[in-house]
Amino acid sequence: MAAHEEHHVVPKSVYFAVFTALIVLTWVTAWISTKDLGSSSLNVAVALSIAVFKASLVVLFFMHVKYGTKLTKMIVGIGIVWLLMLLFIVMIDFWTRTWMGVAGR
Amino acid sequence: MTTATPPVKEPKNYLNAEHGLRSWLLTQDHKRIAILYLIAVSAFFVVGGLMAVLIRLELATPAGDLMDSNTYNKVFTMHGVIMIFFFLIPSIPAILGNFLLPLMIGAKDLAFPRINLISWYVYMLGGTFGVIVLLSGGVDTGWTFYTPFSSSYSNGYVVLTALAAFINGFSSILTGLNFIVTVHRMRAPGLTWFRLPLFVWAHYSTSVIMILGTPVIAVTLFLLMLERGLHIGFFDPAYGGDPVLFQHLFWFYSHPAVYIMILPSMGVISEVISTFSSKKPFGYTFIAFSSVAIAVFGFLVWGHHLYVSSQSAYAGMVFSILSYIVAIPSAIKVFNWAATMYKGSVRLEAPMLYAIGFIGLFTVGGLTGLFLAAMGLDVHLTDTYFVIAHFHYVMVGGAIMGYQAGIHFWWPKIVGRMYPRAWATVAAILTFVGFNLTFFPQFILGYLGMPRRYHVYPPEFQVFNVLSSAGASVLGLGYLIPAIYLIWSIKNGEPAGANPWGATGLEWQTSSPPPTENFEVTPVVTTEAYDYTALTLTTQEVTHVG
Ligand SMILES: [Cu+2]
Repeated sequence: MAAHEEHHVVPKSVYFAVFTALIVLTWVTAWISTKDLGSSSLNVAVALSIAVFKASLVVLFFMHVKYGTKLTKMIVGIGIVWLLMLLFIVMIDFWTRTWMGVAGR
Repeated sequence: MTTATPPVKEPKNYLNAEHGLRSWLLTQDHKRIAILYLIAVSAFFVVGGLMAVLIRLELATPAGDLMDSNTYNKVFTMHGVIMIFFFLIPSIPAILGNFLLPLMIGAKDLAFPRINLISWYVYMLGGTFGVIVLLSGGVDTGWTFYTPFSSSYSNGYVVLTALAAFINGFSSILTGLNFIVTVHRMRAPGLTWFRLPLFVWAHYSTSVIMILGTPVIAVTLFLLMLERGLHIGFFDPAYGGDPVLFQHLFWFYSHPAVYIMILPSMGVISEVISTFSSKKPFGYTFIAFSSVAIAVFGFLVWGHHLYVSSQSAYAGMVFSILSYIVAIPSAIKVFNWAATMYKGSVRLEAPMLYAIGFIGLFTVGGLTGLFLAAMGLDVHLTDTYFVIAHFHYVMVGGAIMGYQAGIHFWWPKIVGRMYPRAWATVAAILTFVGFNLTFFPQFILGYLGMPRRYHVYPPEFQVFNVLSSAGASVLGLGYLIPAIYLIWSIKNGEPAGANPWGATGLEWQTSSPPPTENFEVTPVVTTEAYDYTALTLTTQEVTHVG
């Protein structure tokens, strides 16, 4: 079963590049939080986009998912779908709370 | 060890393979790790049980005479935290699942024996924090840790308790991971997915919940710690947070956690009912897939705990409908168990008595859950004793009855000796009677309006509370008696033989207790599970060898 498991050797330069990118993006996050982008939701959107991008770098390179088997990718995918499900269903509550026209509803 | 007994040479097994404390604490044998869990989990059950004794003593009278309100808050909180995180969640998976999963699939061990041992140490570390909280003054938030009370106002050791549950979560993630990989990679030749015992299907589904749900409670408790310690706003409106968000995140794990408790129990019941009816389970594929369905759909119903929070009524409707739908796979199992017993040759041994008790009590627990899933009725019943009665029917009447059925069923396999069966029958009946006497009056109390988590109540509620406290002492006896005879049987019971119940399943084909490597020769599976016609051959072979 484990016959076609390959050990992909990643050159160190890739790790250093990813590390540099993470540091730079952390700096960008901190810097952009001091700027007013016009609306607070835009600020949040930008901060979250950078965070998602950084997390993807960690998962793909540091956690080797980019070089993993299809099964590994599927497991990671299920995790992401589950997270989106949690967020989406919670948002159903937040989006529709005011529909009743009663305070707090 | 003893010189009094005649030197009967016991065959090598996992218990006598090595001796000394070190051989236990550093073991990688899944069977020994199961025993480690059994000891630790039982200890927590005793502590949680003592808290229940205090609660029932206090509630025997309408006045708050045994303890003050603060102490009472701490006692019911510790009862809940210990029983849920340190007893119910690990009980069947970490003890019976650990012991049986490799045996049932014909493997030598779990896929990751070291991770298995680590999971026990992680559990013990979390447990140590729990004990520290207990000794240093406790926590008063209720096991649900609702914010903003837990984040801003509580005076107890909230962070330490959350940390205990947080650490403990990693133990169940590791167990779940181990089980999933084991079922995928370690099955014996010929053991296809649809030849797996239903116990394995139940544990596979449980593991999926453990892996997908537990990280969310871990993160939630971590956010709670951050808010309480560093005042970073997530849940407290004073810091710009939303308290209902905590309830969402908490119940995203904690509703599926109920299925972490009940699914393994259902797996046990499927095995026991089939064995003691000597009949293939009715609708094998339905039972197997209903486990998976429960694992998946169980994640979509958490909002039924939030009807009286400020959750949107529209979200409530969605959660209500989904909650009704998730009852279907559970009902499928109940009907299939009943159909399995129908026209089977039913033997009322102790494990079967517990299993039949499970079916009745779980059905009551499940159906009263539908009352609570109805948005209107829930307004009346929320936070009353009706809720307490409902979830004790599911968790004690369901999960613990299943646990006891499983312990009584596999005990001869685990220690190689049989317990006194007459006493086991007595204990099973006492448990059933005591349980109903304890918790049925609480349905009435709750419907009449007695709220949970108060120790002073109007005098007209006393009669039901006295009934409940009286029942609790009978129930306590129902737990004490097995503890005595099971321990007694380790040394003094009759040797059980490989297959005392006439059960199918690979675990019964190896000796009791099993050797360290589980099987002399790796078994090859050629038939479906629960093939009672093939069984007669196998048992004959075993007796010839023995
Ligand atoms: Cu629920």
